[in-house]
Amino acid sequence: MKICGPKLSLCGLIISVWGIFQLVLMGIFYYVKSIALSEDLPGVESEGGFESPEDFYKIADRGYIQNAYNCWIAACLYIFTLVISGHQFYVNSRSSMNM
Amino acid sequence: MGSFFRSEKMFLCQLFIQPEAAYSSVAELGEAGSVQFRDLNADVNAFQRKFVNEVRRCDELERKLRYVEAEINKENLHIPEIEDLPNAPNPREITDLETSLEKTENEILELSQNAVNLKSNFLELTELKYVLEKTEVFFTEQEGINGTDSLTRALITEDSSAQATNIRGRLGFVAGVVPRERVPAFERMLWRISRGNVFLRQAELDQPLEDPSTGNQIYKTVFAAFFQGEQLKSRVKKVCTGFHASLYPCPSATTEREEMVKGVRTRLEDLNMVLNQTQDHRHRVLVSVAKELQNCMVMVRKMKAIYHTLNMFNLDVTKKCLIAECWVPVRDLAGVRKALAEGGRASGSSIPSFLNVIETSEGSPTFNRTNKFTRGFQNLIDSYGVSSYREVNPALYTIITFPFLFAIMFGDAGHGLILTAFGLYMVIEEKKLMKQKSDSEIWNIFFAGRYIILLMGIFSVYTGFIYNDIFSRSLNIFGSSWTIDGYNISDIQGNAELTLSPYTNFAKFDASPYPVGLDPVWQAATNKIIFLNSYKMKLSIIFGVAHMIFGVCLSVVNHIHFKKSINIILEFVPQILFLLLLFAYMVAMMFIKWVIYYPQETVDCNNETVTCTQDVLDVIRYGPSCAPSVLILFINMMLFKSSPPTGIGCQEFMFDGQDVIQTAFVVVAVLCIPVLLLAKPLYLLCCGRSKKSEHTSENGDVNQGLELTPEMVDTPSPSPAHAEHNEGDNAVGEIFILQGIHTIEYILSTISHTASYLRLWALSLAHAQLSEVLWTMVLSIGLTGSADGDAQSYVVGSILLYVLFAAWAGLTLAILVMMEGLSAFLHTLRLHWVEFMSKFYEGAGYVFQPFSFKIILEGEDVVED
Repeated sequence: MKICGPKLSLCGLIISVWGIFQLVLMGIFYYVKSIALSEDLPGVESEGGFESPEDFYKIADRGYIQNAYNCWIAACLYIFTLVISGHQFYVNSRSSMNM
Repeated sequence: MGSFFRSEKMFLCQLFIQPEAAYSSVAELGEAGSVQFRDLNADVNAFQRKFVNEVRRCDELERKLRYVEAEINKENLHIPEIEDLPNAPNPREITDLETSLEKTENEILELSQNAVNLKSNFLELTELKYVLEKTEVFFTEQEGINGTDSLTRALITEDSSAQATNIRGRLGFVAGVVPRERVPAFERMLWRISRGNVFLRQAELDQPLEDPSTGNQIYKTVFAAFFQGEQLKSRVKKVCTGFHASLYPCPSATTEREEMVKGVRTRLEDLNMVLNQTQDHRHRVLVSVAKELQNCMVMVRKMKAIYHTLNMFNLDVTKKCLIAECWVPVRDLAGVRKALAEGGRASGSSIPSFLNVIETSEGSPTFNRTNKFTRGFQNLIDSYGVSSYREVNPALYTIITFPFLFAIMFGDAGHGLILTAFGLYMVIEEKKLMKQKSDSEIWNIFFAGRYIILLMGIFSVYTGFIYNDIFSRSLNIFGSSWTIDGYNISDIQGNAELTLSPYTNFAKFDASPYPVGLDPVWQAATNKIIFLNSYKMKLSIIFGVAHMIFGVCLSVVNHIHFKKSINIILEFVPQILFLLLLFAYMVAMMFIKWVIYYPQETVDCNNETVTCTQDVLDVIRYGPSCAPSVLILFINMMLFKSSPPTGIGCQEFMFDGQDVIQTAFVVVAVLCIPVLLLAKPLYLLCCGRSKKSEHTSENGDVNQGLELTPEMVDTPSPSPAHAEHNEGDNAVGEIFILQGIHTIEYILSTISHTASYLRLWALSLAHAQLSEVLWTMVLSIGLTGSADGDAQSYVVGSILLYVLFAAWAGLTLAILVMMEGLSAFLHTLRLHWVEFMSKFYEGAGYVFQPFSFKIILEGEDVVED
């Protein structure tokens, strides 16, 4: 079954390989609470500030864990994309061989 | 590798070849591909040359081969590529080749002609068949009306019906086929000429018909025009021919028509069979030709190239031998001798050909032997200007400096990795990619520069680690050397920003700096850009000045090689002094500032109420608050000005006696300018005479060399291009003007070029900021999505991340890698061409173009594509 052409499937292949590598790594870095990624946490920019440091750490830790899982889920989605575009690439290369 | 330092040594040689051995010798030389022939008959018209007939025959052969190739392509047949190229054929074989090609061409021509005839026949029959089939409908309708008419009429009166048939009997018609796009005009024309008395019926053909000669698909319409009277008939026929309508006889009786259709159908079937057989035959012929085609093509091209080269040769007066002049790289001389011997043996000639090296002062071509790795870099240099003969070749240094300066601007490990992956792919798959020749110009450019791209990628990864940037995020591999100290919780809660002092947060703990590159703490700092600007600006000036000093030093190698050692004193020394005393001194100040100033425990002595003891002041003297600005110091040095120190306890200069040294430096540097301006012209004026006499003795040498070989004296003087260049005759004024221009250019350019290296900082700043913006504007949104923590937020968050990551990756590739990469590449190219090469490079040479079959065949392939 052919859905996308050779160029789109190649593009999907490259982006998903890149995505899997980067998102898995980013997930690990979020999981170990890397400071470099602390700017992109959900919830830490809240309006009223925080009552106490413990409060802040609670929110930040939750954000780290959530982002780690988000990254890993997105990486899984890219594995799915990789499989689809790999299949499409295979189909395309076979059909061009037949011609 | 020694040859890459400067272009190879060349000899101008004369070849004496027996006419019967000439062809095979040149064929051998073409295979070897290391000789550039000079045209000795430049003033002779192309049609008056010796081998013009042979060239023409080859041209004719080539034309035939191209025709056959076009026919094969029309048939969509694959022309097999040949692995090993055949040698140039014997001159005798040309006739065999001619006859066999003639035969093939005629066969194909005949077949095509036959096919066209058969096809037009087929077309006519098909059209006739359609006419008969379609008009059938018109007639049945007509007769239907007729029938009912006569029936009703007959009931009333016999007489009128007879009259009616009488009238109808004289109704004539023509039937035919006309191209569909002409139908409306055709219809209108018929209506006009008959004043509406012609009745036109038409039916469109569903299937397109094939034009026999062009093979185009044409849509046509069957028509039948009914009219009354002979005059109208002839008019209608004229209109039909005018509209290129083909008319077909169509009997009016139904039975006759049916029979005719049957006949046409059987004829069509027969014709179809014949057509298929011709097609098969043609296919077979073309397949067999296709196997040999590439082989023939190569042979004919080689033969043509040989005769073309032979046309450049001179004939000896005794007509006993051909004389050729050529440039040969010294390293290939033995190979050329061997090729000549080989050629002589192949032709069975008794007298060997021989080679005579002639001394010449004429400009030799520049030949840098390259391999697949160095070719890309050599091309970068050659596109600015081919280096003069035996001049220092900057391509050697470009291999490292080019990727490095690029990487300074493109410093991001993530983007560098992408570039490396791309370059690595092209290098590893090199052989496979080389085979599938691509038409895409952009791809070919990338592929030709694959090693440059690979090196640029690797160097960018390195600078990325130094800048600690990977997709604009920092890596904290070794742990930041800064410690947060002196702030309590309320400070952190009360302030949006807090200052980390170099002393209290770094030096107090005896911390050593971050081992590699930038400390990751800077990523979170709001003054990151301010810090990076000063750091990167200094870096670019340091690298720029080093690059320029290196360029100026390379000119020494040129001076020594061209035996102009006096230029070292008169030109190089003042040039390098100027550069060193002003700009290298500025670089030195940067290093001094980095080394001697260090974070100290400070007391604010500027405050009136505090009294500082001498001990404290000594400490403060080398503290960060007292570090003077290098730029201000440099400007003051040039203007002989002084500015007060920045605060109490500070000093204007970094070390004692700096002001004296600076004044001395400026004075010496300024004194270099008149030396540069006047020394060389004055020297030339004084010593001009002795140089001239040297020159004439050199001329005598050439003549002597010629007289040693008696046969050669008779030969006409090699070429008008032998003119000697006379350096000594230049007018005094001209020398002064030239030197003046050079001096002004050098002095001004050292200043402007130093500033020009700041583009290294500017582009790297732009790159870092752009990638930062892309991260915060695109990927951040996906990361900071929702904070609920329930299952739904995971689903939404991860899908958002999935989509935004794809967008971020696409934009990263398009903007940061492609666009920024290209702009950094261009700026690097400029830094090399203008800032670096202007210091020593003349670039007035011309490139060595050897007579080589390989280059000729490859070149033609490119033209065909």
